[in-house]
Amino acid sequence: MDTIYILWLRQMKKYRRSGLRMVLSIVQPLVYFLALGYGFNSIFEKAGRGSYVQFIVPGVIAQTILFTSIFWGANILFDKQFGFLKETLVAPVSRTSVMLGGALGGATIGVIQGVALFIIALIFGFHPYSWPALGITVLAMTMLSLAMVSFSSAVGAIVDDMPSFMAVTNFLVIPLFFLSGSMYPLDNIPGVMKVIATLNPLSYAVDAMRTTLINQSHFGLPIDFAVMTGTMVVLFIFSIYQFKKIEA
Amino acid sequence: MENIISVEGVTKKFKEVTAVNNISFTVRAGEIFGFLGPNGAGKSTTIKMLTTLLAPTEGKLLLNGHDVVKEQNTARKTFGIVFQDPSLDGDLTAYENLQLHAVLYKLDKKTIAPRSEELLKLVELWDRKDSLVKTFSGGMKRRLEIARGLLHHPTVLFLDEPTLGLDAQTRNLLWNYITALNEKEGMTIFFTTHYLAEAEAVADRIAIIDHGNIVALGTSEELKKLTGTDNLEKAYLELTGKDVRDESLSSSASKKEITRRVAHNR
Repeated sequence: MDTIYILWLRQMKKYRRSGLRMVLSIVQPLVYFLALGYGFNSIFEKAGRGSYVQFIVPGVIAQTILFTSIFWGANILFDKQFGFLKETLVAPVSRTSVMLGGALGGATIGVIQGVALFIIALIFGFHPYSWPALGITVLAMTMLSLAMVSFSSAVGAIVDDMPSFMAVTNFLVIPLFFLSGSMYPLDNIPGVMKVIATLNPLSYAVDAMRTTLINQSHFGLPIDFAVMTGTMVVLFIFSIYQFKKIEA
Repeated sequence: MENIISVEGVTKKFKEVTAVNNISFTVRAGEIFGFLGPNGAGKSTTIKMLTTLLAPTEGKLLLNGHDVVKEQNTARKTFGIVFQDPSLDGDLTAYENLQLHAVLYKLDKKTIAPRSEELLKLVELWDRKDSLVKTFSGGMKRRLEIARGLLHHPTVLFLDEPTLGLDAQTRNLLWNYITALNEKEGMTIFFTTHYLAEAEAVADRIAIIDHGNIVALGTSEELKKLTGTDNLEKAYLELTGKDVRDESLSSSASKKEITRRVAHNR
């Protein structure tokens, strides 16, 4: 436990000291929220779907968490390159706790970013339909972040250079994001897109957040959480397995 | 004297390349042991196996009587290591780096503060304890790594080229700490270096490894007598030849090239 805590604390200290980067990482989803939210709002309303500003908030929260978390594994590469990883690899601790300490740190940062975006949305007039349901939203944020951080850590453990890491994560992040229903409703879209969105685990995280934030559901909360739990567990085990294989 | 390190018939192969070929040697408790050899000879691979970072393909390595493969975590608690390249977190302070290490090695919470203070004073970094490590010079980082390596009271300290890239003043200072630790606390020191004069000055015994084989082992006097030379550098060149070697085996980019050359030499 102490090992996991100290490695988590290390990530928190590094995050707090990252200064401007903390603020900048929220700018991109904020632009999506403001530009798309207000840009498409009147069309969306004319189509009888209500407020697009309301609709897009769960999507951009998911986006913030996805982008923060999927690139988080770059830290594993930095630890490889700057040598710190070796310090943890020769210590009398399990690889599982090394992976877990870092991943919980990354997931905490993901959730902080998601909550920060939610607060900014509130300032711009977003109103959640139920305050108590926010607890479930945060749970969905945490699970999404843990799943993506685990995946990203595994990629960081496998590859040895930044270009390979960026190639893998960039290859995945755009399709994951745009084919997830984060920007548009999943009903009435072409069949192929619907199939892809159904296979995309991000769709379920977006759906869980949309259900709990604005009471619009596509798959239903039980299915959302079942898929998220499954994805998280599989990626988590995959990541631990990759950590155990690291040789210095 | 008892053996604190024991290497028995150890071989390490990376695919078809044999980096270390059936080596055996022992290091006695309290000894300063120099491990020398050209680049790519198998020094770092041997240190990595001794420090549990790589598993041997064949053979057995014991540290304080613990098998480094079967009793990995017990073995890990007994040694400290200063790597060839820095392994500190630059975004943490010197003190935070030590604290993190102390928790990883499960030190008693009450002893962390006094032990950290004692070691930071020893390496003359106490006044910089709250500075971020990324603001440190190369020599300061190396001193901090030594302090960190000693934090958990190891019985063996591994130093992989501890003085590489440091100026003469810092090198001198480092060897003063290290020999003092050896004398006062009886700590065993296992080090590699390319500065043969350093090895000659501090090592009780020296092993020379080349092409994965131990080609000589003895005191610096014995090695000089064996080769009929009057200093260690000449003895070393006599034993390992004057051909320039490839860079480290562990960097994967050069592995193929080494495979090619090894095959060619045979």
